[in-house]
Amino acid sequence: MSKRYANLEVLKGINLDIESGEFTVLVGPSGCGKSTLLNIVAGLDRPSAGTVEIGGRVVNDIAPKDRDIAMVFQSYALYPSMTVRQNITFGMECRHVPKAEQEKALASVARLLQIEPLLGRKPSQLSGGQRQRVAMGRALVRDPLLFLFDEPLSNLDAKLRVEMRMEIKRLHQRIGATIVYVTHDQIEAMTMATRIAVMHHGEVQQFADPDTVYRYPANLFVARFMGSPPMNTMPARLVAEDGGPVVVIGAGRPDEVRLRLQGYDAAASFVGRDVVLGIRPECIAEGSRGFSGASGAPIVINAPVEMVEPTGAETIVLLRLGGEPVLARITPDIRPAPGALAPFALDTRRICLFDPVTERLIA
Amino acid sequence: MTGTGAAAPRTGWPAISGVVRRLPEYMTIWVPLLLSAAHLVSFSLWTIWISFTPSTLVPVSGWVGLRNYTAVMASRNWKIAFDNLLLFGSAFVLLSLVTGLILAILLDQRIRGENVLRSIFLYPLAVSFVVTGTVWSWLLNPGLGIQKLVHDLGWTSFRFDWLVDRDMAIWTIVIAAIWQSSGFAMALFLAGLRSVDADIIKAAQIDGAGPIRTYWRVILPTLWPITITVVVVQLQFAISAFDLVRALTNGGPGIATQLPALVVYDLMFQRSQLGRGAAAAVLMLLILLVVLLPYAAWRYVQRRRATHA
Repeated sequence: MSKRYANLEVLKGINLDIESGEFTVLVGPSGCGKSTLLNIVAGLDRPSAGTVEIGGRVVNDIAPKDRDIAMVFQSYALYPSMTVRQNITFGMECRHVPKAEQEKALASVARLLQIEPLLGRKPSQLSGGQRQRVAMGRALVRDPLLFLFDEPLSNLDAKLRVEMRMEIKRLHQRIGATIVYVTHDQIEAMTMATRIAVMHHGEVQQFADPDTVYRYPANLFVARFMGSPPMNTMPARLVAEDGGPVVVIGAGRPDEVRLRLQGYDAAASFVGRDVVLGIRPECIAEGSRGFSGASGAPIVINAPVEMVEPTGAETIVLLRLGGEPVLARITPDIRPAPGALAPFALDTRRICLFDPVTERLIA
Repeated sequence: MTGTGAAAPRTGWPAISGVVRRLPEYMTIWVPLLLSAAHLVSFSLWTIWISFTPSTLVPVSGWVGLRNYTAVMASRNWKIAFDNLLLFGSAFVLLSLVTGLILAILLDQRIRGENVLRSIFLYPLAVSFVVTGTVWSWLLNPGLGIQKLVHDLGWTSFRFDWLVDRDMAIWTIVIAAIWQSSGFAMALFLAGLRSVDADIIKAAQIDGAGPIRTYWRVILPTLWPITITVVVVQLQFAISAFDLVRALTNGGPGIATQLPALVVYDLMFQRSQLGRGAAAAVLMLLILLVVLLPYAAWRYVQRRRATHA
């Protein structure tokens, strides 16, 4: 299945190729064009140029109902005057599916989503989570080629959201459906997707599996958007030394930080130039921490602590590396005193280097 | 300078300064409310009292029980007025509802010039009933209006003389009333149509519902609270209709288009039978209550349900 667009005002040269059975998440800040993209796939909106293909068929001129898709909306969009049962069977009624078949499909979906006791109720008598289920039921009952989810969890409270997140993922694993899922929540993207398309300013910034997006963000936008807290980024300088390149934070300052890099051959052409250094908060920990898979003793640096935020599961520390503010995630039982120096271990293997001009990942 | 009045709340007059500050509020809410309540309630009570007295030209005290009521209800005038009210009320309410809904649906198609059209459809509402009645009495007058126009165009066998036809004259009132007030129904329906969640329409589109099915099954069912409001408002107008009928047909030809309000006027001011006129007025009030009480009950239930949900 592939979709290609070009030159849509809000979407520029989008070219995504989604395999059957994939759970693709379109993620980006609001206004990045992800919902427009979804509406174009659904046929509710027309691309100004380019083609949309679903299942190998160009669907540009095919009405939404004939595209063999189902959609779950942020507002759930349940028909307020119909019961849950009618909401789920309305699509089949429109497609003139025989009554007996409708009943069968309804029963199996209701069982799958455990909404059998709700079938006789009106949407106004349902809780948010129940409405969400019904909206999914309405999509599932169609058994389409492609499911489209438009921020389906953003109206739920935090606890329910986590539950439904797992449930949708389980559902995907169980029925192997092809899903395109739009969200602004990067955690939803990371947890559910088999592939993530990070969007910004109407362009796909990166389209890759979650681990790649997280570990090798294609550019600074992706690096700062994915992850919570996001990746620390700061100006630095790459210099050559005996035994490989060294990245220097706050060069020339008395508290400059020099980190030796290994396996960053791609950055060779940037030696002697400025770069943007990116390091995930979890790659900075308390001084006694050993990082899994690391050979030899980790690099430990004494750095001034500015602020400490205990979250229960971990402690977030704002510290300064070579004068640059950096967030670190340390074990919850260590609470370094603000204003004092404390030792921090750094996992330099997972440092990202970006070109300061193009903002693209170097290595 | 003495620091008194509303500007000195700290000197121990917080309650008074509060009252002073909220004076405009009280003036705008309570004075009109009390005045209108006094008028409405006192004159209603007075009318009810008159309806039990043998008053004719001037109010007199005395007690005749329900005699005025039985007399009014037995009169041919009232019977015709009541039958007319049933016909006029149901036809007018139903047709203005349908007209308003159709206009609203057509306007909802995101057409060009929507604002202009909306104003045009709403404008009759700003016209006084007397003007509407007079204009339509000219339009429907066979010798002046539509029939004459068609005759002048050459179709001389064309007949449109409902205004002077005893059986059809009531329909001219229906036509004029619809012209006047279907814009009101349209405005309410249009607001209702516009408040339907756009996602619901998208969902119906993906479900494969065509425009007719989408309207009939998905959108229109959400409009029924608005429909009830429109029906109640229009019924209220229908029951108390006076100026429109007086200007258009004046109850005629003969008493063919008599309506309760005309009967009240006729009894009170032309036949000098105050007691009977008051009885007819009270009967009208009762008819209104038949409409309004269920509506109030319905509103109450709705509100209860909303707070419990």
